[in-house]
Amino acid sequence: MVESSKIVRPVQGIKDSYLAQARAKRLMNLILLVVFIVMLVSGFNTADQRNAGGFWAGLPNILDFPADVIGEAIARRHLLPGYMVKYFPSLLETVNIAAASTLLGAMLGLVLSLVITRGLAPVPWLIIPVRRVLDILRAIPEIVVALVLIFLLGGGPVPAMIAIALHTVGALGKLFSEVNENASLKPVEGLESVGASWGQRMWLGVIPQVAPNYLSYALLRFEINIRASAILGFVGAGGIGYDLRNTISWGQGKFDEAAAIFLLLFLTIVAVDQISSMFRHRLTNGQPSAKVML
Amino acid sequence: MLQLNSVTKKFGANTAVHAASFAVDRPMMIGIIGSSGAGKSTLLRMLNCLTTASCGEIIVNGRDITKLRGSQRRDWQSHCAMIFQQFNLVPRLDVVSNVLHGTLNRQNTVATMFNIFPQADIIRAIDILDRLGVAEHAHKRAEALSGGQQQRVAIARALMQDPTIILADEPIASLDPMNAQVVMQALRDIHEQDGRMVIANLHTLDTARRYCDRVIGMRAGRIVFDGTPEQLTTGVARDIYGADASFSETTTSTQIETPPQRVACLAAQ
Repeated sequence: MVESSKIVRPVQGIKDSYLAQARAKRLMNLILLVVFIVMLVSGFNTADQRNAGGFWAGLPNILDFPADVIGEAIARRHLLPGYMVKYFPSLLETVNIAAASTLLGAMLGLVLSLVITRGLAPVPWLIIPVRRVLDILRAIPEIVVALVLIFLLGGGPVPAMIAIALHTVGALGKLFSEVNENASLKPVEGLESVGASWGQRMWLGVIPQVAPNYLSYALLRFEINIRASAILGFVGAGGIGYDLRNTISWGQGKFDEAAAIFLLLFLTIVAVDQISSMFRHRLTNGQPSAKVML
Repeated sequence: MLQLNSVTKKFGANTAVHAASFAVDRPMMIGIIGSSGAGKSTLLRMLNCLTTASCGEIIVNGRDITKLRGSQRRDWQSHCAMIFQQFNLVPRLDVVSNVLHGTLNRQNTVATMFNIFPQADIIRAIDILDRLGVAEHAHKRAEALSGGQQQRVAIARALMQDPTIILADEPIASLDPMNAQVVMQALRDIHEQDGRMVIANLHTLDTARRYCDRVIGMRAGRIVFDGTPEQLTTGVARDIYGADASFSETTTSTQIETPPQRVACLAAQ
């Protein structure tokens, strides 16, 4: 119809080749699906054979421990508010560790993310080495870093904070740089055309575009860090993790206190989630009223 | 076969479409003109149920499609194809897959997630692409095509739906004059050869005059003109666009060649 006068196209050839391609793709998908299922089943069997108790034998007992915790918590529920008040200072310490490490990690991660983003990097040959440094920061478990630092600096919140901050630099640096890759280069070019420095181009041209995504990754990281700093309490870094270890051990009869700590952690995560969605909404949609913020 | 009775759409305090009423008794090609923000897009989106009307009714073959929900609504949407200004294709999927999306309403969801479509549909999709002159791009990703080619793929997707009505929301606003002509001619041919109703939002008067059997003019959410292309004089156009005597069509015309009888008609004004 349209353009029909030009050339008579070999439609049959196009059909045949497309159908052949579709068949090949379908076969490939089928093979991948079979491989996936085989690997899943065989991997499970290997793991199950190495298990001390066996997955199927242990499966019915899986709820025993939570049932104990919840049972004790319900039996002594009148004590829960008291426990929550008792452990609130530890929670504050844990959240403090998480907040400080997230803030430090995010600031350093932001700078490094700009350094390792192709198209934005000021020194292109630094991209690969800095990326590897971030890989190392992510590869070392933070509990190992914390243990070494506790050995060097003594127990307390500071080693935990440094350990988590280092991991956060690695994680956020990578995530931020992926966000940077999707930023439009046009505003950056616009600023370059007026003679702006690298710092000005990044701060005024890139950051406004990517700030909402940065914020949501940083707040997600904050949630993860709260959990991480709670875990580091197990190895003597202070905070609510230390209390959790003492209460959750079997045979102490303190499962009700453990339940109160879990409840505190859960409420903290909910609060962070709510606050973060509020902030993000403001950042993406602007202020609810049209007044200028100074 | 299509009747609108005081269809209204409000967004908060704004009324995008105010009591629009018109009736169409047979398949024809209808152009809707008006300035930006006149409510043209909202009207088309309500016909396709992409936007729900605030009040009023849209009767198609005896049933009010504004009341449809769930699978009935999706079934109506599958019979009422929509073509968008920015094509709205899936950029990373190949052209044939994009055309096959026209059949999604009749397919099994799981099968489509694995991109499995019946062979007969694949053959039909390539035939439609061939009819629109873009079959040789069948393997390419949609994003690799030019604007005019992408719009023809979008039309192919619409045809794949085998719709009774094709809605086109500014189909040529993102295209150069040559591609605009190809796309408009394709829509006209679909109307003439397949007998499908085509309703297109247009922003150039010459396009409306040249390709449409009937022109509806909208201004600030209201239908202010409804007639034949011949009745659409420059004076009427000034009313529709709220322009004064300095308004000239030729300054915004995207037409490549003007048919002689139209030139005479314009010259007489």
